[in-house]
Amino acid sequence: MSIYPENYLYTKDHEWVLIQNDTGTVGITYHAQRELGDIVFVDLPKLGTVVEQGKPLGSVESVKAVSDIYAPVSGEVIAVNEALSAAPEKLNQDPHGAAWLVKLRLNNPEEAKSLLSAADYRAYVGAEG
Amino acid sequence: MNGKARTHISQNEPLLFELSSPGKRAYQLPPLDVPAADPQAVLGRERVRPEIENFPEVSEVEVLRHFTRLASWNYAIDLGMYPLGSCTMKYNPRINEAVANLEGLLWAHPYQPESLSQGCLEIMAALEAALAEITGMDAVTLQPAAGAHGELTGLFLIRALLASRGNPRKKILVPDSAHGTNPASVTMAGYVVENVPSCERGMMELATLERMVNEDVAALMVTNPNTLGVFEQEITRIAALLHERGALLYMDGANMNALAGIARPGDFGVDVLHLNLHKTFSTPHGGGGPGSGPVAVKRLLEPFLPVPRLVRRQDGWALDYDRPQSIGRMRSFYGNFGVMVRALAYIMAHGGDGLRKATLDALLNAAYVRKRLESYYEPATPAPTLHECVFSDARQARHGVRTGDIAKRLMDYGFHPYTVSFPLIVRGALMIEPTETESKLELDRFVEAMVCIAREVEEDPELVRTAPHHTRVSRVDEALAARRPVVRWRPPCGK
Repeated sequence: MSIYPENYLYTKDHEWVLIQNDTGTVGITYHAQRELGDIVFVDLPKLGTVVEQGKPLGSVESVKAVSDIYAPVSGEVIAVNEALSAAPEKLNQDPHGAAWLVKLRLNNPEEAKSLLSAADYRAYVGAEG
Repeated sequence: MNGKARTHISQNEPLLFELSSPGKRAYQLPPLDVPAADPQAVLGRERVRPEIENFPEVSEVEVLRHFTRLASWNYAIDLGMYPLGSCTMKYNPRINEAVANLEGLLWAHPYQPESLSQGCLEIMAALEAALAEITGMDAVTLQPAAGAHGELTGLFLIRALLASRGNPRKKILVPDSAHGTNPASVTMAGYVVENVPSCERGMMELATLERMVNEDVAALMVTNPNTLGVFEQEITRIAALLHERGALLYMDGANMNALAGIARPGDFGVDVLHLNLHKTFSTPHGGGGPGSGPVAVKRLLEPFLPVPRLVRRQDGWALDYDRPQSIGRMRSFYGNFGVMVRALAYIMAHGGDGLRKATLDALLNAAYVRKRLESYYEPATPAPTLHECVFSDARQARHGVRTGDIAKRLMDYGFHPYTVSFPLIVRGALMIEPTETESKLELDRFVEAMVCIAREVEEDPELVRTAPHHTRVSRVDEALAARRPVVRWRPPCGK
């Protein structure tokens, strides 16, 4: 049993994406939030922004550092999780669920092939999870 | 515990606002021997505030004790080693203060005419010349107020030069080990950041840059030695590559204290760099600032330097505003003048040989600390390091103790913490910079404290995880403070 949902896809930069039809819900992984420590601020793009795979989508700030979040897939931002600006701690509490960051309308579903499966990602981050 | 620290009584102190009661004063004036004037009638109603809300009213001794008590809670370089890596918390020699407090300098005003400011202008000219010589550059501006401001100035200069050649270009390359201010300054200067990965040994490789430098690249912004304390060994070849492809080399001079008197950036191909007078040149730091971030350039960037420029005319020093290609002013007046005086005092008190010796001592101190701690903490790089040493918390993390915990425990031993979690390319970084200030005695105390903590991590990790135990305030909720900051005092309700 893993903390990493099997139906999500992952990046080596520690983002996840859940692809349903032409929509991708994007977040950061459990591993990412644990390495960052207490998250205190989240900077997300505006609705309608078009993002490109591998390019910065926004950033998260923890007590340690500010880190860019990279778009796991290309697409247009069609929803932003506004609740995170008032409660960034949700990213530490429920990174794979309530603390999703944005939803994208995918431009190029083929890109998903370059992402990691849950098993690959687990192997990538190692035993600590 | 080691020999450095023991607990002692420190006094609690309320806020100044809470000490206030109406009518208390810090001075008494004799009765007026002229008729009292109504300020509103004399100055005009709009220039007079009827009252200043909640302004504290306290006596002189209360003010004095208030700040003295608060100061006694503080940790400062005057109390002991301040190993905050990358910040270069070196001793601020008292000669600097003696010179800066000379009456003619202390009371100088920027609106004084040039004819009455010749001494100040000469000090600035002497500092410009000294910094140019130390860095091997051709011209210097003293305007920028601190390091990041210097970065912005330097990037504006690069943009102005490239624009004058017809294309300002789009990108600035920044190594992944850079200070966070670098990408921020790049963005503010209207460029896009592209990250240059470091190799295993913690430096940039020519081959990587061969791939990355193209016609969109305006410059590479490099800190040398970098934030791991490692000298970028390929720097001369990297400079040649950039120049060949029409790009420039910017150096963040934050770590110039590892080079002063030994190597000159101008000689290894740097086109523009900023210095931090409050680091390398021993001027006050942090709350004791302000900072100062002079920018030194090669001849090709000189026409673009901020106005006014100091020039020597027949009848003395003058300020020249007639520079058609200048990027304009970067700061009101001429920069943080009092800081410049202190930096020049430091440079002249040392002389060339003294600066070189200070650099060698800083390198020796850092090498000593690294060597003595290597068997307890994991070095971040096998490469030789210069003025600072970086470890990772890998060995301690196995016991559930991270760099921030070790730093907090260090406070119990009477030291200011080292820099935690930076540079970001090192997982759980401990970044230690002793500077030339410290004697072997103080370094040994520090090493002893770090060794004790390493043992505690193995024997009683909880003790370290819950540190500090002997400070006024124990562990604070950093996350809550960042999420819901309270940044001003308000009177209690009903008052």
